[in-house]
Amino acid sequence: MTAIWTIARKELNDSLRNRWLLAIAVVFATLAMGIAWFGAAASGSVGYVTTPATIASLASLGIFLIPLIALLLAYDAIVGEDEGGTLLLLLTYPLSRGQLLLGKFLGHGLILALATLLGFGLAGVAIVMLVDDVAVVPLALALGRFILSSVLLGWGFVALAYLVSVRVSEKPVAAGLALAVWFLFVLVFDLLLLGTLVAGEGAIRPDLLPWLLLLNPTDIYRLLNIVAFGDASQLTGVLSLGADLPFGAGGLWLALLVWVAVPFTGAWALFRNRRI
Amino acid sequence: MSCFELTQVHYRYDRQPVLRDLSLALAPGQILGLFGHNGAGKTTTIKLILGLLTPDQGRLSVLGGKAGDASVARHIGYLPENVMFYPQLSGREILRYFARLKRVSETQVPELLAQVGLTDAADRRVRTYSKGMRQRLGLAQALLGSPRLLMLDEPTVGLDPVATAELYRLLQRLRDNGTGIVLCSHVLPGVEPYIDQAAILSAGQLQACGDLAQLRRQADMPVRLSLRSGRGDGLLSALNGHIPTLSTLQPGPDTLVVEVRAGDKMAAIEALLGAGGVDDLQVHQPTLEDLYCHFIQAPSSSDAADHQGGV
Repeated sequence: MTAIWTIARKELNDSLRNRWLLAIAVVFATLAMGIAWFGAAASGSVGYVTTPATIASLASLGIFLIPLIALLLAYDAIVGEDEGGTLLLLLTYPLSRGQLLLGKFLGHGLILALATLLGFGLAGVAIVMLVDDVAVVPLALALGRFILSSVLLGWGFVALAYLVSVRVSEKPVAAGLALAVWFLFVLVFDLLLLGTLVAGEGAIRPDLLPWLLLLNPTDIYRLLNIVAFGDASQLTGVLSLGADLPFGAGGLWLALLVWVAVPFTGAWALFRNRRI
Repeated sequence: MSCFELTQVHYRYDRQPVLRDLSLALAPGQILGLFGHNGAGKTTTIKLILGLLTPDQGRLSVLGGKAGDASVARHIGYLPENVMFYPQLSGREILRYFARLKRVSETQVPELLAQVGLTDAADRRVRTYSKGMRQRLGLAQALLGSPRLLMLDEPTVGLDPVATAELYRLLQRLRDNGTGIVLCSHVLPGVEPYIDQAAILSAGQLQACGDLAQLRRQADMPVRLSLRSGRGDGLLSALNGHIPTLSTLQPGPDTLVVEVRAGDKMAAIEALLGAGGVDDLQVHQPTLEDLYCHFIQAPSSSDAADHQGGV
């Protein structure tokens, strides 16, 4: 445990030193405030509209940003150490590969969690203080749910970044693959799903369709933050499939957790077989 | 208890044999020089001892335990070739980090920094370090926790002559305190005075192993005697007859170079000095470099033809 914490602490210190943590928090806070005030600008008004609308908009932006930040933070976790010659050295220390990966995950996970909590939390506080008639409890609940799901989504992409990082031997390749992962889940997957639905012309069993959404953590994340308000009309595009899901929020949370655990376990298994 | 013991170890990578039938041991308080061309299997041998790789066949014990075990790893110091460390951290921070990982007291850090001459640069970022300074930081890292087995891969790269001499003095001190040291280097003349044992690897096989005297006997390479004398021809006749010379050369009117077999060295010297009139005599024993070339070029194994396919 000591070794895991030593590694996690180094990651945390590094992110404080190079101001990654601060930068992510500032980006999140700015984003949240901007959306809270100007989210309704398209409909002709400026100012805070409603909590569900704000959270839905935040979630739509979050699915672009959070995976990207998580991948950027973690893509060089292993391959970066390898290129600097320290991976070889670390593994000669009384430290297993599993401990090293877990320490990295703990560090990166904490950075992401702290930045998310700080950024969106501050935005929440600002909304409460600046908007007169906002209901505090529903906002706190919705924002809490949003922050927690954002953190889980981020952790999932940290684990996906490790999956890339333990597999390749050069940093630029890892960066390219990490971008490809982002592209796949954030942009391509929904289009592909939609295309399949249209081309399939109902050949796919309808009760199977909602399950397909679980194959993409960003879709789970969006569903979580929209379904929670019980307003299925907000679900547009492929997400409308989510209205037919045979399970509620609990299942979605579980699915998001699985999206953290499975890539991490996979990365662990691959790392054990990595040739040093 | 030996620092490590490899017994008939085989290791393959991608079905290609990298190490074949390697038996090698190191006793505490000894410095072993591990030599070979690039790709001869030195790095693989080191990685096996460090527990980063496991042998396909054969037995391997390190400090009386299993290679790679945490309890064993804590007593091993390792300086890899060309380590960059973390450029954004200072030397002191890096050393503290590794001390924590090795679970040794951080109070060692200033001492070790002083020992490798990095006290003044300790709080500068490693990004600004020269290659020699990084090398010295790597050495300080390897010395964390007073290891019982120290493995150094090209430790003198980037070091100036003074720092190199200091390094060897340090290694001798550690050796005298019972640390077993493995030294991989291509600078053979540099390490020659400091090693107790030499192991020469070629194509994944051990070509020779022993102290320099043993290797010289095994190689049976000629000893060259250079003489300065007013009567070169007379000297030669002192040898002729009872001591066979391998070659004789008279580069100048009063100099003579004679090569004799190693076993005939003392007899030849006695005969030459006995003849009288020798102004100067120099004995050139085969150096480590000569021995290295000898053993690399003439594989000792019977299946020499098999070697062509090796790695």
